[in-house]
Amino acid sequence: MTLGTWLALFVALVLAAELVRLLRQRAMRQERWRRFFRHRTTTWGLGILAFLVIVALAAPLIAPFDPNKQLDIVHLTNHPPSWTFLLGTDGVSRDVWSRTVFGARVSLGIGALGAFVAVALGTFVGAVAGYYQRWVDAVLMRGVDVGLALPRIFILLMAVALWDGLPFAALIIVIGLTSWFGTSRLVRAEVLSLRQRDFVVAARALGAGSGRVIFRHVLPNAAAPIIVSAALGVGNVLLLEASLSFLGIGVKPPDPTWGNMIADNAPSIYTAPWSTLFPGLAISFVILSLNAVADGVRDALDPREEAA
Amino acid sequence: MTTPGAPPPLPPVLLRVSNLKTYFVTEHGKGTARAVDDVSFDLYPGETLGIVGESGCGKTVTSLSILRLVPEPPGHVLPGSLIEFEGRNLLALPAPELRAVRGNQIAMIFQEPMTSLNPVFTIGDQIAEAAIIHQHLSRRAARARAIEMLRLVGIPDPDERVDHYPHQLSGGMRQRVMIAMALVCHPKVLIADEPTTALDVTIQAQILELLDRLQHELGMSVLLITHDLGVVAGHADRVVVMYAGRVVETAPTDALFDRPTHPYTEGLLAAVPRIDAPRTRLHAIPGQVPAATAWPSGCRFHPRCPYAWDKCAAQEPPLLETGTAGHTARCWLVSEPARKVSKQ
Repeated sequence: MTLGTWLALFVALVLAAELVRLLRQRAMRQERWRRFFRHRTTTWGLGILAFLVIVALAAPLIAPFDPNKQLDIVHLTNHPPSWTFLLGTDGVSRDVWSRTVFGARVSLGIGALGAFVAVALGTFVGAVAGYYQRWVDAVLMRGVDVGLALPRIFILLMAVALWDGLPFAALIIVIGLTSWFGTSRLVRAEVLSLRQRDFVVAARALGAGSGRVIFRHVLPNAAAPIIVSAALGVGNVLLLEASLSFLGIGVKPPDPTWGNMIADNAPSIYTAPWSTLFPGLAISFVILSLNAVADGVRDALDPREEAA
Repeated sequence: MTTPGAPPPLPPVLLRVSNLKTYFVTEHGKGTARAVDDVSFDLYPGETLGIVGESGCGKTVTSLSILRLVPEPPGHVLPGSLIEFEGRNLLALPAPELRAVRGNQIAMIFQEPMTSLNPVFTIGDQIAEAAIIHQHLSRRAARARAIEMLRLVGIPDPDERVDHYPHQLSGGMRQRVMIAMALVCHPKVLIADEPTTALDVTIQAQILELLDRLQHELGMSVLLITHDLGVVAGHADRVVVMYAGRVVETAPTDALFDRPTHPYTEGLLAAVPRIDAPRTRLHAIPGQVPAATAWPSGCRFHPRCPYAWDKCAAQEPPLLETGTAGHTARCWLVSEPARKVSKQ
């Protein structure tokens, strides 16, 4: 680690903290966002996510080494953490810290975009099935049953086999397209109960069309489970990406992702735990922070929660 | 109001419901609930028509059928039914045209102000919604309109209240908000389905007075659905009494209270507590409304009727003219008044 990278890391920390402080300050003016910041965990979660995003964006400044470079394959394999190699080196003498920092780019990107695609699609299908019921529901939900019954890895393997050299965007889409089934069931169940509510009949009596009823009246009331499922979805996608990398069909090596770092270094987990521990911790932090933030968003969206 | 005696010239009908039949298929096809079975009535411009009956008589299904809000399945309106609004059959209207009528020409307020407002939007947003849908107002203009409506329905501090959420308001306030939502486009017909049932008595009176005032100011017709004859007495011009999915009596309000003709109406009136009568046990009509899957044969009221004789069980009477203008009753007693001898 050089002075420059330490400095960059410090700046990233300060920036994240300052960002959260500013957001919090602005939020205090509005009732709804005050509820968001009510729990301390939400604030911390937001801070950690902000920090990780900044790190991902500024990766070249914060990483002291080229993440893919084998520094000294003879002397520096599985070097334990030290001042030079903050998180140690892996089995082929690559700097774990640099790889974790660069891995944030791919992992966070795939996680966020993949979960977004999955939740958007799942919400749409679930809302349509739950609202229109009858044959629409039957067809869509049998499709979901099929989707849930097919092993996801198998579908992904097929996609990879059919599409040689899967580009990054395609990987995200394929992950998104195979991850929405659970969300759609959840949303459908919510919509089934919400569509019977009096205010939905009242909205229709006012002349609102189906689209308006679904998107303005039904879905906002189902926001809490959707957001929670999105937060959990990011975690799932991160893990899925890890297992894909493990099978060698995810992001192409040597580019680092948290998932493939764990997969690559799993054999040395007893002798050199640092090379799997830190990417694993990074995944855990993201998932925990997302859950904390999701709780806050849920509170912010529910006006019945009185401000404390 | 129609005066008895000389028939007044009738204005053109605004909303005509004729031969409305709304049936529900019960689960597993065990039977068909004939919730509304051949109901007809007319609503004239500017009048208040009360629809009265016990729970389970088909009042609410009638009102939902008018705007085609009956959930399908299990419900369906049978062919041959007609709901004519300004010359157009609403039952045959394509969906976009129907939506243009809902909330714009015919609006509705519901029984439960607690659950009929969307909990996650401010009341201002909800009042503005109809104006945005039908009049394509900008958000700013719609908000101004919402504030104006809140003022109209008598909510204090409308500028502040417009940003409140439903849970921050009392039941009476919420019902005022519901009324504001319904009236934002100045509809020609307001269907009020038990607008005061969920409210306590003093608030009831305020809400009904508000409806009267707004009806006067906006010149609309009101279809007032209630089980409370007291509400009808004070606020309706004419009354339709429903029993078991049928209209059993229609009359101008005064005529109905002076000379109730159908034994069911008589029973309902006897069940109203009176301040000017000696305090005795309140009268109750024996039994309950039968299940809609199995209406009795003949006159549907005969199992509960104190005057019923064999003809009543065998043959259902049509709506018979009582001799007073606009007063009809579905009872054989109209043609055979001598039979009016109580069995009890």
